[in-house]
Amino acid sequence: MTSNDVLDTDRSVKALATTTAGAPVLLDGLSRVYGATRALDQFSLDVHPGEFVALLGPSGCGKTTALRMVAGFDRPDTGQILVDGVDVSRVPAQKRDMGMVFQSYSLFPNMSARDNVAFGLRLRHQRSGLRRQRASELLELVGLAEHTAKYPHQLSGGQQQRVALARALAIEPRVLLLDEPLSALDAKVRAELRDQIRALQQRLAITTLFVTHDQEEALSMADRVCVMSRGRVEQIASPAELYAQPSTAFVAEFVGVSSRVPVNRHGDQGDHVELFSRDVAIRGDAPAANAGPLDALLRPEDVTVRVDESGAGVVQHRSFLGATSRLEVGFADVVIKTDVRSSDAELFELGTRVTLDLAAHDVLVTPRRMPSVQG
Amino acid sequence: MAFTSSLDTASSPRGVEGRATPSGGSFLRSVRTFVPVVPFLLYVTLGLGIPTYIIATLAFQTRAGQFTWHNIKVITSGGQYLLGFETSIKLAFVTAVIPGVVGTILAYAIAQSSHEAFKRVIAAASGVLANFGGVNLAFMFVASLGPAGIATAWLSHLHLNPYNHGWTLYKFTGVALVYIYFQVPLMVLIITPALNGLRAQWREAASNLGASKWQYWRYVGVPVLTPPVLGSMFLLFGSGFSAYATAEALTGGTFALTPIQIGSILQGNVISGQENVGYALGLGMIVILLISVVAYALLQRRTSKWLRA
Amino acid sequence: MTQAEIGDYFLAHEMTTKPVTTNGEPRAPRSRTRRRPRFGRGVVLVLAAMYFLIPLYAALDFSLKNIQGHFSLSPLTQIAAQPGFAAAVGLSFRLSVVTLVIEMLLMVPTVIYVHLRLPRFRRIMEVITILPIVIPPIVLILGVLQAVRPYQWISSSPYLLAVVYVVLAMPFVYRSLDSGLGALDLKTLVEASRSLGSGWISTMWRVLVPNLRTALLSASVLTLALVFGEFTMAQLDLWTTVPVWIYNSSSNNPHVVTAVAMMFLIAMWLVLTIIVSLDRTHRRGKGQSN
Repeated sequence: MTSNDVLDTDRSVKALATTTAGAPVLLDGLSRVYGATRALDQFSLDVHPGEFVALLGPSGCGKTTALRMVAGFDRPDTGQILVDGVDVSRVPAQKRDMGMVFQSYSLFPNMSARDNVAFGLRLRHQRSGLRRQRASELLELVGLAEHTAKYPHQLSGGQQQRVALARALAIEPRVLLLDEPLSALDAKVRAELRDQIRALQQRLAITTLFVTHDQEEALSMADRVCVMSRGRVEQIASPAELYAQPSTAFVAEFVGVSSRVPVNRHGDQGDHVELFSRDVAIRGDAPAANAGPLDALLRPEDVTVRVDESGAGVVQHRSFLGATSRLEVGFADVVIKTDVRSSDAELFELGTRVTLDLAAHDVLVTPRRMPSVQG
Repeated sequence: MAFTSSLDTASSPRGVEGRATPSGGSFLRSVRTFVPVVPFLLYVTLGLGIPTYIIATLAFQTRAGQFTWHNIKVITSGGQYLLGFETSIKLAFVTAVIPGVVGTILAYAIAQSSHEAFKRVIAAASGVLANFGGVNLAFMFVASLGPAGIATAWLSHLHLNPYNHGWTLYKFTGVALVYIYFQVPLMVLIITPALNGLRAQWREAASNLGASKWQYWRYVGVPVLTPPVLGSMFLLFGSGFSAYATAEALTGGTFALTPIQIGSILQGNVISGQENVGYALGLGMIVILLISVVAYALLQRRTSKWLRA
Repeated sequence: MTQAEIGDYFLAHEMTTKPVTTNGEPRAPRSRTRRRPRFGRGVVLVLAAMYFLIPLYAALDFSLKNIQGHFSLSPLTQIAAQPGFAAAVGLSFRLSVVTLVIEMLLMVPTVIYVHLRLPRFRRIMEVITILPIVIPPIVLILGVLQAVRPYQWISSSPYLLAVVYVVLAMPFVYRSLDSGLGALDLKTLVEASRSLGSGWISTMWRVLVPNLRTALLSASVLTLALVFGEFTMAQLDLWTTVPVWIYNSSSNNPHVVTAVAMMFLIAMWLVLTIIVSLDRTHRRGKGQSN
């Protein structure tokens, strides 16, 4: 990247004017029911100014519903949406001053890229010369300077999404909303755009809500991630904390890799379990005494392994992942995944007996799942 | 930091355009790949090509086979044949524009419905009504709005009998009314795919950027729908222009339209010296229809670029 | 009927393609709370319904009256007894069968072959199959009659009509087959079948035709509608098919004749509705065709 590029983008960024600085967004107790389905259940989220929050979850978890409510395309049954302290729940979508990027096909087909980007400005009665200039600058910002006159059907998926982003930013929104903008794109394009969107967002410091079902996307882009399931919040935390300290079983299994091991309770207060012949504390609130049998959820890095002829585990599978190799160890009727350095991997041939130990000081537990086919 | 991607130059907006035909190889080999479509081509030549050729050539011939402009002159220089063309074009135009607009509005109203069963019934109904054989349709209208028709009787009770006010089913407005009956469902059938191509995201994106309902329609909705609606109207024009059975069954061949006149000539009502005028009329119809269909095709290209992108 | 051809052309596509969905995910039902659009829409639909249903009702009413003008079911019972009716139905039926046979034998292998081996030819075929709209029946019959005049054995056969009907039907038959084939992974199916030892004819008959059921069905139904509704060429070629019979008999007993017209209309409506709903449920339950 040459210094010219840096100068040009600086100018473009300045052109966006500093009123774009993000506003705080508060979602308070949002609920929405469709017939028999509870799409959102007392959903609350506090987004700080300029923060990038990802709404992460499987299909149907309510993340898109929540986003559309913020945008104004859906009305909550209960609850409020406050932007910069002002309740916008009754404000129609076109007056909310938010920029939205949809999953696909949202560019107006009868307008060129430049006219698409300038559309919001045109509605605000900006003079045509000024509009064109602003639109061109924004398109330059997203790297499409040579494509301003092209129509959407002449652009690739990735290019279309970049135009959509420029269009959303043109109106200098207080909040930027992205509804799975990368899901319809090829993996390679997705990865590139991911970085570029994040970089732009940080530069402009716009409060951003990003919906995705791809945990990699959420973890790599967001300041905080809100994991959702069935209309409720599972956990809201930074990516690192989410990964290392999942607070519910759903999060532990949805984000990253985890293994389930049946454990028995231990200790007088019922807040310890026995795992790998050790007494381990339960992370967070211990389940009630009569909650039934429990499983512990372990990340590969929570477990250490060493060769031991009298060990209780047996290596069943080994995959080479680059710097590390993943071992699948059969232990007490379950399979536990753990990683070793690839340079040590040759010690762990299939069938080797091993001893497992816990590297963490507490462990997440969840009601035991009956034996299933999957590992 | 510029947004560039090595993928930009490499990627194409569309998928690959189908596999290429076997390239290279001998000339014989490429000819051989066309052999299986010969029956089809032959059939089309015989069934369509030759009759058209005959019409095109006989239009310029006297009964004896000599070249002449006479036939063309007869149909273009005043008199009943020119009148026939004028009436046909007027009729086709009226029954393209009115059903065009009405059909679009109707199709939009239907498309907005969220009841799947309803849409299915309407789809079948449109198909049926558009397919309505000219004879059956004509008779249905005679039974309802003919001089002795049921609807006429109802209107009589209300003292609104149209026949008392100089109207008749068997002239221009009557025929147009009957044509509209099948042109509207036809329009609904043609335009519905285009309406379904109007993406919800466009409306939402426009709204998000600050557009009211009217602004959305003005800047996005109407411009996007104009090519398909216009194109469909051309198709409707063609349909109204070439219809024979409806007018024939309705008016018993008395209404002066070009197709009726051709029919009349075929049934033997021809002045000596003008035997081949029928072919000139046919050629004239082909030319007008060709223009219509080409206009439709050009507008359709624009439509498919926008409504499927 | 030209507008029938154009209508069928679009109906064929509608009947053989999957309904368009906006995204992959199921859409939440419309949550807009405004009631105004629904009212306006209702008015439009009601007015339209009136315009279309009143003539239908009037015709039905007319057809269920006897000569004195009172309500009676006698027209229905008299239908079969009308002179020439049975013959007309028989002729129309025979023409349908012949048209269907020629059409399928001609178009099915051709379209399959083009999809498989000559994809570029598809464009040409699209253009060719639009041509019958440029050369409507009234004009076509003009040229055809002149072309066959020297050949007595052709011009005196009613099946000449069938031959020309195949041309009239080409737009929607091609469209149906084209859509139906487009939905299949044709190359894979054929290769799989051939690799298992099946010859070309066997492949077409056992593998492709069953997968093209919807397309073939819609093409056949539309052809049937075409033949039983085609008046222009039949009249001018001097053959008494059902529409011609209706026209000629109109003065005899108008009630009966109108009853026949309505009967065919209702029959067609029933068939098309069944086809369209069968087709949708069939597709929904079918899943992948492979």
